[in-house]
Amino acid sequence: MTGPRAPADVLVPAEAAAGPRRGLGVRAPAVLLIPAGLAVAFLVLPLAGLLFRAPWSTLPQRLAEPGVLTALLLSLRTASLATVVCVVLGVPLAWLLARVRFPGRRVVKALVTVPLVLPPVVGGLALLLLLGRNGLIGRYPYQWFGYSIPFTTTAVVIAEAFVALPFLVIAVEGALRGADDRYEEAAATLGASRFTTFRRVTLPLVAPGIVAGATLCWARALGEFGATIMFAGSFPGTTRTMPVAVYLTLETDLDGAIVLSLVLLLVSVGILVSLRDRWVSSA
Amino acid sequence: MTVVADGVAVVDGHLVVERAGFRLDLRLRVAPGEVVAVLGPNGAGKTTTLRALAGLVPLTGGHLAIDGSTLDRPATGTFVRPERRPIGVVFQDYLLFPHLSARDNVAFGPRCHGASKQRADEIAQQWLDRVGLADLARRKPRQLSGGQSQRIALARALAIEPALLLLDEPLAALDARTRMDTRAQLHRHLAEHRGATLLVTHDPLDALVLADRLIIIEDGRVVQEGDAATITAQPRTDYVARLVGLNLYRGKGSGHTVVLPDGFGIAVDDTVDGDAFVAFGPAAVSLFLARPDGSPRNCWPATVAGIQRYGDNLRVELTGPIAAAADITPAAAAHLRLETGQSVWAAVKATETRAYPAR
Repeated sequence: MTGPRAPADVLVPAEAAAGPRRGLGVRAPAVLLIPAGLAVAFLVLPLAGLLFRAPWSTLPQRLAEPGVLTALLLSLRTASLATVVCVVLGVPLAWLLARVRFPGRRVVKALVTVPLVLPPVVGGLALLLLLGRNGLIGRYPYQWFGYSIPFTTTAVVIAEAFVALPFLVIAVEGALRGADDRYEEAAATLGASRFTTFRRVTLPLVAPGIVAGATLCWARALGEFGATIMFAGSFPGTTRTMPVAVYLTLETDLDGAIVLSLVLLLVSVGILVSLRDRWVSSA
Repeated sequence: MTVVADGVAVVDGHLVVERAGFRLDLRLRVAPGEVVAVLGPNGAGKTTTLRALAGLVPLTGGHLAIDGSTLDRPATGTFVRPERRPIGVVFQDYLLFPHLSARDNVAFGPRCHGASKQRADEIAQQWLDRVGLADLARRKPRQLSGGQSQRIALARALAIEPALLLLDEPLAALDARTRMDTRAQLHRHLAEHRGATLLVTHDPLDALVLADRLIIIEDGRVVQEGDAATITAQPRTDYVARLVGLNLYRGKGSGHTVVLPDGFGIAVDDTVDGDAFVAFGPAAVSLFLARPDGSPRNCWPATVAGIQRYGDNLRVELTGPIAAAADITPAAAAHLRLETGQSVWAAVKATETRAYPAR
């Protein structure tokens, strides 16, 4: 019984997956050890600096400032909504890419990964051109209902989903490819329609992969800045998410920006760790 | 065969599946209640046959009908998807859904066939009772032993009351001990199954115990078909002969002699003329250090190519004018001081051979 394993690597640290190797005595050559050590320092030191420079004495008052909580709640809400959008749209797409041979599949697959390499600011501009008041699609809700998508909370969710969707699709597609599709054949021989098979067999089998993908997707959405500020702007309470607030606060108040960053760091690490623990205990 | 009268066959098919470097071409009729075993070496097309019946591989030619309705006929573009076929499958490694309990696995089929949740659970419970695993209903597949998984898989396939039950190497994944018990239980369940059953296996014992009729395929074609007695008595290919443990040769018969293509003549008791097979069991072959005298025997110089344990005896592989296997007792082997590469004389009485026409 080989369960879907690939997505586990995303969340389980390499040393946990490799298991104890005591006694083998692999001595790392300095040529590898030094850059590896530098890499760790490079990743950890900035965060340590953040903690070091934090205005601990005034922290409680600063956290209590209304703008902080508003931005945090907005960020959590939009990132979660964006994740829901990504799961609803992305899981079927991942299934299609993993299970169905259709013409142009490679092209679709390549297109899906574009937001991954595209600078988010460019993505934001593209969304603005498509969904803005004069945009190809955006003009219709504006003409018909007077509704303009940009610079709303909806726009934040759209921008975050745009940037985060590839993470989910790639993770779930990997999980689907790793899952044994003969279970789906077995379901078919028992009379399950293709949708029933998807719902009752495929989805449960790749659930860990979907959780892993959704987590990555959520983390990416939570940190989204470029596309959001282009497409949704920075209105307190509606579009000023935590990353945007960090950037704007920095211009006037360094300590305030540090506090916001700390909160963001804490929330994302907290969520990742709690999900990882669940994953590890269920494995 | 004769058991299948016209019009009452559950399965009536001419399965043709062609793909790169392989062609399956198999005519198949199975009667209600009949158990047919498809036997063959690896790569013969056993699994393809099973998948074509289940609809997991479409036919490229021929046709397939079950209970009179056509399920697959490429010529007319007819193809019924697996979920709409009245067929249950027990897969070789069972493929029990790992996230569902034993009961939910069995209830899965009835649920898909429109039973209510409650009704499906009842049906599942009945089947778990029948396979003797009612107390394991809540277990997940990973908490079940191989034999238990096999029985759950059987219950799951039978719970949809299929017209045709397919079993893919049903006992191959089990250890020897579990295998015997499970084989006996499987035999009982198959006897109770009113629909047709087709099992594919490479184990002759499974086939002999479980099936009413054997179909032996090699390279995608039927090489021999019939009941166990006929096939074990008169094998028609080397594979079948090995399967039933016989030495088999093909040559030209004239009276009481069959002459093999390389000129070696075998004296036989039966009278045969023309293209003929000669078969004799390894136990019929005696080995001597020097040429034995007297008696109307087949006798030839041979070389020991290998010695293996075979039950309580030793099986000696011989090369020489004809390749043959001989079964001798350990005592005889010790007396002959047999070892690989040794020259011996092999002898077979004409009365211990069977000769029969090849056509």
